[in-house]
Amino acid sequence: MNWGLILSNSFYTAISANAIAYMLVATGLNVHFGYTGLLNFGQAGFAAVGAYSLSIPISRFNWPWPCAVLLVIVSAVGLALLLGFTTLRLRADYLAIVTIAVAEIIRLSLNSVRFTWLTGGNDGLQGFTSFMEKINPFPQQGIWLWKQKIDGYRLWLLVSGWILLMVVATIVYLLMRSPWGRVLRSIREDEDAARSLGKNVFAYKMQSLMIGGVIGAIGGVWLVLDKQSSQPGDFATTFTFFSYTIIILGGVARVKGPVIGTMIFLFVIQLVDISLQQATKTTPSDPTPLLPTWLIDQNNYAQLRFMVAGFALAALVVFRPQGIFGDKREQAFDVH
Amino acid sequence: MSTDTSPVSFPSVPGSHKPDAILVVDNVTRSFGGLTAVNVAHLEIPRRRITALIGPNGAGKTTLFNLLTGFDEPDTGEWKFNGLSLGGVPAYKVARRGMVRTFQLTKALSRMTIIDNMRLGARNQRGESVWRGIIRPAWASQEQEITQKAQDLLERFNLAHMRDELAGSLSGGQRKLLEMARALMVEPEMVMLDEPMAGVNPALKQSLLQHIKVLQDEGRTVLFVEHDMDMVREISDWIIVMAQGEVIAEGTFEDVGSNPAVVDAYLGSHHDVDLGDHA
Ligand SMILES: Nc1ncnc2c1ncn2[C@@H]1O[C@H](COP(=O)(O)OP(=O)(O)O)[C@@H](O)[C@H]1O
Ligand SMILES: [Mg+2]
Repeated sequence: MNWGLILSNSFYTAISANAIAYMLVATGLNVHFGYTGLLNFGQAGFAAVGAYSLSIPISRFNWPWPCAVLLVIVSAVGLALLLGFTTLRLRADYLAIVTIAVAEIIRLSLNSVRFTWLTGGNDGLQGFTSFMEKINPFPQQGIWLWKQKIDGYRLWLLVSGWILLMVVATIVYLLMRSPWGRVLRSIREDEDAARSLGKNVFAYKMQSLMIGGVIGAIGGVWLVLDKQSSQPGDFATTFTFFSYTIIILGGVARVKGPVIGTMIFLFVIQLVDISLQQATKTTPSDPTPLLPTWLIDQNNYAQLRFMVAGFALAALVVFRPQGIFGDKREQAFDVH
Repeated sequence: MSTDTSPVSFPSVPGSHKPDAILVVDNVTRSFGGLTAVNVAHLEIPRRRITALIGPNGAGKTTLFNLLTGFDEPDTGEWKFNGLSLGGVPAYKVARRGMVRTFQLTKALSRMTIIDNMRLGARNQRGESVWRGIIRPAWASQEQEITQKAQDLLERFNLAHMRDELAGSLSGGQRKLLEMARALMVEPEMVMLDEPMAGVNPALKQSLLQHIKVLQDEGRTVLFVEHDMDMVREISDWIIVMAQGEVIAEGTFEDVGSNPAVVDAYLGSHHDVDLGDHA
């Protein structure tokens, strides 16, 4: 086993541009769920809308990229308005049902043969990242992070992504410690109490939905910039559930939560994944793998990684239910 | 605002007219399925008085509160607060007009600190707009004033020593106190309290009672639902009795106590045990 490679690769995975995408998507969800108490099960839909609002206009219609970025924000706000006006006046569970449905509708439409001329269908879209390559200040050969090579483009995405994430996290932090954030938390605790004190609950929920949605859409953009391809399969409901896992791991309603949660989540999964990959590997010179084949082999380790990772994450949640940065005091008053 | 401590002398009939009523209710009805929970033909609440709303369980008191404050919609009827109609006005706007209610089942915001519970109540906060919220200097000075006001109220309600603790750690009685104090942050003209004494230990009850009296001294109108008749006698200027959704009697404590309709309504029902809550 090459532990140097395993550890450096797992570490890189936890801080890469792909990780930044998860952090952003989870930060948006944290605004919805963690601070406002909105049960949004369609965060993957916001990410998809962001990804395709960038890739479609650039690959299909040769838009200049700033216009596409603008469209990313406009479409995320549009989706928030659509979800908000249809469900926010109803009981809380309706938002959950409608968001999960809308996110699936978005993904299936992107996948649909009817729209292949626009979305590329299952194969998705490529060739929309040249603007990012053009403004890349780093040399093509990139750098080595211990035993992990990072090419120039990924390094650029990583550095600019962390700067963007810091800006977003700072805005969320400033908002949440303001009286505006206080109203959001009061809605999470008891929206009727907020109403009885003169707060326009609907308007605040809508604002929360928009802000978290735009952040989620930017996360989707980073995801596809990293992959250099936007495909509908990346925006399945598992993406949303991973985001929930991440914010619960990191600590709900904490700005650091999604960042730390993503790092732990991706590190554990990647570590288990490539450790098993190496332990089941055979080469012509060394035909016996490290682990016995009756237990596990190259064909089934991929399924096992989520099981092992799942156990590890469950153990973490059991021993630290408030998450890494959660407040133990708050855990004591689970109001719902 | 001056305080009127003179004895009241309104006619002791259901729906009686009061000069300068703050709240006037007409034909408000609400039914759940086949059950008519509220059917109030006419009701006037006197300004700057403490009015008790009593009646057996299920009489419709909480439902009436919900209707009047915009938390529920009536099937028919209209009502005016300070001469302005409140029909169809959403709950948050009712509160902004100066009519603030508390809930039978206390709604402390458990995972927020007590001081944050209080601050939330303040009106017209600059920092509650999303754009100005980001910029701390835009609201910091107002926040300081709000905090001072909240601190003063917490001292008055004997909660100041707990200001930075989470509201979830308060006892039932303390939550009632917090809810009342928080409502005062809105600077309401009229306070509607749904069973403020329920589940409060006797020691706290006396202090709650004093707090309600002070509300009147400050020139506010109080309408409260209560089952403890000693409390009702001690602080109310006027009593309204509901049974089966209707106002069946009004008057001073003595008037109402000797009214056969009221005795009938309570007969056989344990008026001091409230079993239900539909707030
Ligand atoms: N949301 C509701 N759905 C169905 N029935 C209700 C609802 N709210 C109240 N009721 C019924 O309306 C009647 C009045 O209830 P309520 O206003 O809570 O009485 P009170 O506060 O005087 O005890 C009761 O019979 C109650 O069961
Ligand atoms: Mg009641």
